[in-house]
Amino acid sequence: MGDSDEAGGEVGGITVTIPPVQPASPKAAAGADAPLVEPDVLERVLRVAIRRGGHMAELFAEDRQTSGASMDDRKVEALSSGRDRGAGIRVVVGETTGFAHTADLSERSLLAAAEAAAAVAREGGGGVHLVALPARRPAGPGAAVLPSTVAKATKLELLARADEVARSAGGAISQVSASYGDARRRVLVASTEGVLAEDDQVRTRFSVQCVAAGDTGMQTGSEAVARTMGFELFDAADVGEIARTAAARALVKLSARPAPSGELPVVLAGGSGGILFHEACGHGLEADHIVKDASVYTGKVGELVASPLVTLVDDGTIAGEWGNFAVDDEGRPAARNVLIDHGVLTDYLWDWLRARQEGRASSGNGRRQSYRHLPMVRMTNTFLLPGAEDRHEIVAQTARGVYVAKLGGGQVNTATGDFVFGTTEAYLIENGTITEPLRDANLIGNGPETLLRIDAVADDFSMTPGTCGKDGQSVPVGCGQATLRVTGVTVGGTAA
Amino acid sequence: MTELTDLARAVVDRAQPGEGIEAYVSRGTDTQVRAYDGHVEQLTTASSAGIGIRVMVPASSGPGTQVGFAWAGTLEPGVVAQVLADARDNAAYATPDPHVALAEPDGVAPADLDLWDPAFSELSTDGKVQLALDLERAVRHADPRIRQVDSADYSDGTLEVGLASSTGILAASRRTSAFLSVSAIAGTGTDSQTGSGFSVGRAGAALDPGEAASAAVERAVRMVGAAKARSQRCTVVFDARVVSTLLGVVSAGLSGETVVKGRSFFAGREGEKVAASDVTLVDDPTDRRAYRASAFDAEGLACRRTVLIDAGALRGFVYDTVSARRAGAAPTGSAVRAGYASTPGAGCRALLLSPGRLDEPGVLAAVGEGLYVQSVTGVHSGVNPVSGDFSVGAVGLMVRTGALAEPVRELTVASTLQRMLQSVVYVGADVTWLPGTAAGQTLAVAEMQVSAA
Repeated sequence: MGDSDEAGGEVGGITVTIPPVQPASPKAAAGADAPLVEPDVLERVLRVAIRRGGHMAELFAEDRQTSGASMDDRKVEALSSGRDRGAGIRVVVGETTGFAHTADLSERSLLAAAEAAAAVAREGGGGVHLVALPARRPAGPGAAVLPSTVAKATKLELLARADEVARSAGGAISQVSASYGDARRRVLVASTEGVLAEDDQVRTRFSVQCVAAGDTGMQTGSEAVARTMGFELFDAADVGEIARTAAARALVKLSARPAPSGELPVVLAGGSGGILFHEACGHGLEADHIVKDASVYTGKVGELVASPLVTLVDDGTIAGEWGNFAVDDEGRPAARNVLIDHGVLTDYLWDWLRARQEGRASSGNGRRQSYRHLPMVRMTNTFLLPGAEDRHEIVAQTARGVYVAKLGGGQVNTATGDFVFGTTEAYLIENGTITEPLRDANLIGNGPETLLRIDAVADDFSMTPGTCGKDGQSVPVGCGQATLRVTGVTVGGTAA
Repeated sequence: MTELTDLARAVVDRAQPGEGIEAYVSRGTDTQVRAYDGHVEQLTTASSAGIGIRVMVPASSGPGTQVGFAWAGTLEPGVVAQVLADARDNAAYATPDPHVALAEPDGVAPADLDLWDPAFSELSTDGKVQLALDLERAVRHADPRIRQVDSADYSDGTLEVGLASSTGILAASRRTSAFLSVSAIAGTGTDSQTGSGFSVGRAGAALDPGEAASAAVERAVRMVGAAKARSQRCTVVFDARVVSTLLGVVSAGLSGETVVKGRSFFAGREGEKVAASDVTLVDDPTDRRAYRASAFDAEGLACRRTVLIDAGALRGFVYDTVSARRAGAAPTGSAVRAGYASTPGAGCRALLLSPGRLDEPGVLAAVGEGLYVQSVTGVHSGVNPVSGDFSVGAVGLMVRTGALAEPVRELTVASTLQRMLQSVVYVGADVTWLPGTAAGQTLAVAEMQVSAA
């Protein structure tokens, strides 16, 4: 419950890869092709983890190198370089999971963590044997240009250009902050079920936030690009364009009127509008909420839960998207899962633990923030398939309502289904035309009710990156959709 | 002083001529138990440590100082050496800034806060498990309308910090904490409503599972049957927990860092009346009751009491070293950082509104008619501390003839932070210290727009 999310990859300060100038340990010296933990050590650690019994034991090792830079108030602030490595070991005995982690990948330390995690198995039970681990398949980095190979000065040029473009957008732009970050995350998962998988994830992001000042006070505007790829991100993404968009959002709101209050038709533009589905049903379809009867979607498979215009997909396989990976944090391959097919609920999202309880396979949605965290059911890239209508027509056929060009984030209570999502760029629709800009507001709806009220889906489509928070863990996700209309959502403005 | 300050000082001692270094070292342990349906669902035990290093060098040409930062989630000597090298390299790329500097000792003595409870280690793992199981059972059997206990958690931790810098800062601190939280679902038929409860202390033995359980049950059960309200403009009474969250957002604008960077609607308004006369807001991390109480700030200066709003008039802001220098103000010992992986910034730790005379029932009786908000959603997506625009999702109960009446859901409450501060009509006497940067207490705000079906 209370899962909360933010668009634009802004939360938590995603960071970046820095080159290992002088390898800090023999392990690091061995380079990226060497396993984080040697296969013979993996076997010995897993054997210790299930020595006292248990149904499954797993070792998750991670090596993350990050770096970030930001320019604020016209100054490049302290560049940041970070490194974090370690392993988490979990032992599952019946309905109980024991977990311990260590920042030390030596065999001695891993064995101690295995003993600690295995402590939950002291009552016995289980008695699983180690399935032989398959041969290693080292993963190469999913990046054409590793950010660690790019000069720091080159990254700073991006910041300077964004700052300059944003400030040139108008005299009312009073402050600009631009932020660059990249992260390389190597993971290894091995389990007593014979899983041995590796991944090498590279992510790069860039964001701009502007403040505009006028007679009515200050307003903010932001824009971000974030992809699961290396520095080649900037071959396609123009930081000047990102800066212009952020500045335009802040400027237009200087003349914005208060958002209306009450229930109105709402047209959501493609892209960040996907936050609607992330909140209205995405979290509610996560199997951990389902098996605890803590979701309004429990027991609804096979039922019509949305307008027939809605076909919703969660897909971790789409190269480059922010929620993309080769294997999830339980070593399962990323997958494409259809959740809602023409309005009918077809399936939930599953991790290993919840799938095991239901006697089925994981859907490749077991994710964790780091080796310090237990995996749980998470979305990847979640999106509505496009429809057939023209987006301009949808607006033209709306007599009075709100047009949301950009959403900033949202939150849902999966048990009640009530969810909110906040606008960061919105306009009034009057007589089929987009008119005056509106100040920021949250919109509130109930998931199952709102999904049934979708009466038009356009043929445009785009994705937007975000950071998804659940139970204290943040992971990168993508959201997407085409322009669509909901016949009624409560708009939380101040105008009566 | 401690092993950690020794390590921090060893790093600082490696400063090259002209260079300033600050090393922040922390080490902690964590235990978490989650109970579900009468059994232990998760048991996590862990320890972790890390270091964050800032290096400051005079600008290679011209005036000003350049700063670089690096961190690692380990204290392995070889890695620490690499972190120092990375921070030093990063410093070469920052824009020279005359205001960038390490904190200078200012002679203010740190408060004598004892935040390390010796009773902490007396509770065994079995005892912790039992607390979580007891909590879950207490909620599940409290009321026939409780249909599910989503999570019942015991968690505790220790944190030790050592900080040293080239300017002579040397600070050591340590703390224990323990926490119970529970989330309940109540309902009949297809109606589901939720409520949560918790108990906070510095040791497991100090926690009160009964208090956490009864709060979760009361909050979930009283929402059963909640319906949509009608849109209206009325006085809103915010629950103490909600107020703690909202003060946390307001405090972003009281950070000297946002003020000097032009991101606060309080900027340039010192001395002006920014709130109702009943509003006096103080940040005092030396108050031992505060969840984030601390003797030292994140740059090693003594934490101290700062008056921010006095009887409605804006009196000042909280500063870290850089923002204080930029503003030409005295440091207030208010540097905060999320941990070893982040650089310090200016922020509040322990906000408290001067209590009024009425407890929650008293405030409800005085308000008479309006809306009581039990919990809010979308604070991060609907409250903008730069513009002041305020719009949050809410559930709660209508207030009729001075008491709680029917439950309502799926509504929003909206205004601006500026207007809300001016429209405070009652500040509750019911101060509760909650996890976060502010105490909670009931607060009534007039003229809020409630939006519903």
